Amino acid sequence: MQTSWIPFVPPSASTLSGKVDALYFYLSGVTVFFTLLISGVLIFFVIKYRRRSPYEIPRPVAGSHKLETIWSVIPFLISMSMFAWGAQLYFQQSRPPKNAVEIYVVGKQWMWKIQHTTGQREINELHVPVGRRIKLIMTTEDVIHDFFIPAFRIKADVVPGRYTTQWFEATKPGKYHLFCAEYCGMNHSGMIGSVVVMEPTEFDNWLSGNTNQQSPAVAGQQLYQTLGCVSCHGASGEGGRGPALAGVFGREVFLTNGQTVKADEAYIRESVVNPQAKLVNGFGPIMPTFQGQISEEQLVQILAFIKSLQGPAQTAAPAAYTPSPTGSAASAAASAASPQAGSR
Amino acid sequence: MKAMETFVAPTPARINYLNATYGLKSWLLTRDHKRIALLYLGSISFFFFIGGLYAMFIRLELLTPQGDLLQSTTYNKVFTQHGIIMVFFFLIPSIPATLGNFLVPMMIGAKDLAFPRINLLSWYIYILGGIVTIYALLAGGIDTGWTFYTPFSTTFSNSYVVAAGLGIFINGFSSILTGLNFIVTIHTMRAPGMTWFRMPLFIWAHYATSLVMILGTPVIAITILLLAFERLAHIGIFDPAAGGDPVLFQHLFWFYSHPAVYIMVLPGMGVISELIANFSRKNIFGYSFVAFSSLAIAVFGFLVWGHHLFVASQSVYAGMIFSFLSFAVAIPSAIKVFNWTATLYKASISYDTPMLYALGFIGLFTIGGMTGLFLAALAVDVHLSDTYFIVAHFHYIMVGGTLLAYLGGLHYWWPKITGRMYPEGWGRFSALVIFVGFNLTFLPQFVLGYMGMPRRYHVYPAEFQVLHVLSSAGASILGIGLLIPLFYLIWSMRYGKIAAANPWNLPGLEWQTASPPPTENFELTPIVTWEAYEFAPAEETEIVGKFHGEKVGQA
Repeated sequence: MQTSWIPFVPPSASTLSGKVDALYFYLSGVTVFFTLLISGVLIFFVIKYRRRSPYEIPRPVAGSHKLETIWSVIPFLISMSMFAWGAQLYFQQSRPPKNAVEIYVVGKQWMWKIQHTTGQREINELHVPVGRRIKLIMTTEDVIHDFFIPAFRIKADVVPGRYTTQWFEATKPGKYHLFCAEYCGMNHSGMIGSVVVMEPTEFDNWLSGNTNQQSPAVAGQQLYQTLGCVSCHGASGEGGRGPALAGVFGREVFLTNGQTVKADEAYIRESVVNPQAKLVNGFGPIMPTFQGQISEEQLVQILAFIKSLQGPAQTAAPAAYTPSPTGSAASAAASAASPQAGSR
Repeated sequence: MKAMETFVAPTPARINYLNATYGLKSWLLTRDHKRIALLYLGSISFFFFIGGLYAMFIRLELLTPQGDLLQSTTYNKVFTQHGIIMVFFFLIPSIPATLGNFLVPMMIGAKDLAFPRINLLSWYIYILGGIVTIYALLAGGIDTGWTFYTPFSTTFSNSYVVAAGLGIFINGFSSILTGLNFIVTIHTMRAPGMTWFRMPLFIWAHYATSLVMILGTPVIAITILLLAFERLAHIGIFDPAAGGDPVLFQHLFWFYSHPAVYIMVLPGMGVISELIANFSRKNIFGYSFVAFSSLAIAVFGFLVWGHHLFVASQSVYAGMIFSFLSFAVAIPSAIKVFNWTATLYKASISYDTPMLYALGFIGLFTIGGMTGLFLAALAVDVHLSDTYFIVAHFHYIMVGGTLLAYLGGLHYWWPKITGRMYPEGWGRFSALVIFVGFNLTFLPQFVLGYMGMPRRYHVYPAEFQVLHVLSSAGASILGIGLLIPLFYLIWSMRYGKIAAANPWNLPGLEWQTASPPPTENFELTPIVTWEAYEFAPAEETEIVGKFHGEKVGQA
C-alpha cells in the first residue's frame, strides 16, 4: 500500500484529497490554538490564583456583556468559515462531473463486486486510470455498506433499493485501501480490498487483457430478451404495449397522475421492481413486478442496456471506455465522453 | 459565610436518611429521593462495570491486527453490548439519576421530588429494562451495533435484537419519569426566595436535560417499536422491497440519539459549573449566559440529527443545513467553556479532587467539542465518518466530559451523601491517572481515524497497529484509574473521616443541613436571601470588560 510523506495523514491520490487535507489542517490549527489558549489560561489562573489561606474569600467579579459578545461572535465567525469551506467542498464531492466514466459497484455481505462498462468484472479490487474522472454507481444486494477510499478522501453509503454515487479523479498511480465503512455484520472487517491506480496506457492494457467478458449493456440486452421485456417494450426499446425505452434515460417522463419524473437510475430501477409506482402517462398497470426475480447486478445490466438505447443520433453508451455498446474492449482512447452521458 | 451562621452541630445519635429505618424492605420501598439516588448509584455502577469489561475485551483484541482473541461474531457482540450498556444504562442515567436525584430537591430547598412514588417507579423500570437487556446478552447477545441500523437489524442479524430493543424501550420510561419529576419539582417546589436566577447552574442544567428527556425519549420508543414490528411482522417500513426506506430508521434513531448526547453531557456541565464556582469561591462569570446556554443546547440539539447522515445518501442541501446548525450548536458550549475559565480569574482556587476533575473536564471537553467541528464540516466529515476519529470524538465528550464530571461530582458530594470523607490523596492520584490514561487511550484514535481506520473492525491492516497498541496501553491505565475510586469510595463509607455538615464551607443549600441529611432534608424550610455562589457580599463586586456606560447587574 502507498504511504504518505506527511506523518499520520493517508496518501493523497485524488484531485479532491489535497483540498480536504487543507481544510483538515485549518481545523486542526484552530483546534490546537484554542485548546492551547484555554488550557494555557486555565493553568495560568490555577497557579496564579491558587488558594493561599483556607479563609480567603476573593472579590466577586461581575459578568460582562462585552466579553460574552466577543467570545460568542468570534467563535461563530470562525465556525462559519469552516462551514462555508466544508460545504463548498462537499458540493464538489457530491456532484459528479458530466463526462465521468461510469463504473457499477454492487456490495453484498461481504464483498464488493465491480463491473466496468466495457465488461471487466472485479471483486474487491478496483482498477482505474490516472487522470480520468470516474463515477461510481453503487447499490447493494442486502444491508447498507459504505464504499470508502481513504486515499481519495471519499466515502458514501451503499443503500439497498437506491443508487448512490460518488466520483473521483485519481492523480497518483499506486495501490490504495478500499474499506467497507458501514458496519454490515459478521465479516465487516473482511469487506476490504484495494484500489489500483494505473497510468492510462497500463490501464488500457489491463482493460484489453480480459476481452471475453460481456459488457453490462450486452448482458442487459440478453436479460431484456429472456425476461420478456422485449414483448412489450420492443426489440430495440421502440415501445409497444409498454412505453418506449430508447432515449428515455435522462429525460423527463409524464406520469398518469399528471406529474413528471426524471428517468434516472432510481426511476428505472423502481419501474422494474415496482412498476405500478409511477406509471407513464397513457399506459395501463399491466407490467408485473420483477422484485425478487432479478438481482441487483442484473438490474444494473438492464440499466446499462437502457442507457445504451439513446436513439440513432446518440448510440454511444454513457461515457464508456469504448463508444460501442457491444462491449468488445477497444482502445480506451475512444472514451472521450459524450456530452449528455451520465447526466444526473 | 452563611454556612457558619445556620449550621447546627449533629448530636452523636442523630437520625439521618441512612439510619432512619433499617432492612431491605425499607430500601426497596423507599420514597426518599436520596435513597433512590443510592439505589441508582449501585445499579449504574454495576452496569458501568459490565460495560467496562466489554471495553477491556475490545482493547485486548485490537492489540494485534489479526483477530486472535475473539471471533468476529463475538467481537461484534462485544462492541455492540459495550455501547448499549454504556449509553443507555450508564451514561444517560448517570448524573441525573444519582446526583440529580439526590441534589435537585436539596439544592432548591425542597423536602423531596414532586412525585416520590414515580421516582421509585422510575428505578424499578430502569431495573426491569436492565434485566431484559441482560437476558438478551446472556441468551446469545446482540450484534447490530448500538445504533441498530436497518436492514441489518431487521432482516439479517441472527441475534437478540428484539429483546435488547425491549430493554432499551422499557428503560426509556425511567428517563421520561425522571425528567418529568425534575421539571415539576423545579417549577413548584423551590424554597421561599429561591428565584429562577438564584438557582445553582446544576439545576438549570437538569432542567434543560429534563426537557430533552421528555421530548426526545418517546421518539426512540417509537423507533424501537417500529424496528420490532419490522423484524417480527415485516411491516415493511424500513424495507425497500416493501416500499420502505432503510435510511428513515437513521433519521428516527438520531432524532433521539443526538439529543441523547445532550442528556448525557448537560448534567455534566451542570456539575462542572458547581465545582468551578465552589472550589474557586467565586460566582460563575456570566451566570445567565451559562444558564441559557443549557437551554439553547437543549433546543438546538433537536435540529442537528442529520449530521449523522452526511454520507448516508441524504440530499446535499439537507447536509448543508444540518452542517450549519451543527456549527451553531457549538457556540453555547463554547460560551460555557469561556465563562468557566473566566470564573477562575482572581479566584481562590483549591486543588481538591473534585476541582482536578473539573479542570480535566474543561480541557477534554474543549478537545471533544473542537473535534466535533471537524465532523460538522461537511467535506471533512465525508472522510472521517465511521472511522476511529468519530470513536475518539464521542469518547472525549462521553468519558472526558460526562464521566469526569460524574466522578468529580461524586467526590464533591460524597461527604453529603455518606457523611464520610473520601481519602484526598488517593482521590487526587486517581484523578491524575484517569486523565493520563484517558488521553493515551483516545488521542491516538483521532490520528487512526484520519489515517482511514474504520470503526467496528475486528481485523485491521498492520500499519495501524502502533497506534492501537498505544490506545490499548492507555485503556489499561484508564481502567486502573477507574478501579481505584471504586475501592476507596467503598472503603470510605465505613472507615472514612466523619464529614462535617459543610466540609467545603460553601453557601449552597445542600450544605446548610447535616451530613448525611435527615430524611426530610431540612429541619426547617430554608429561606433564601442570597444569590447562587454568593461567597462575598455583592457590594464588593469587581467589574471587568464593561461596555462604555453600561449598567452592571448580575449578568
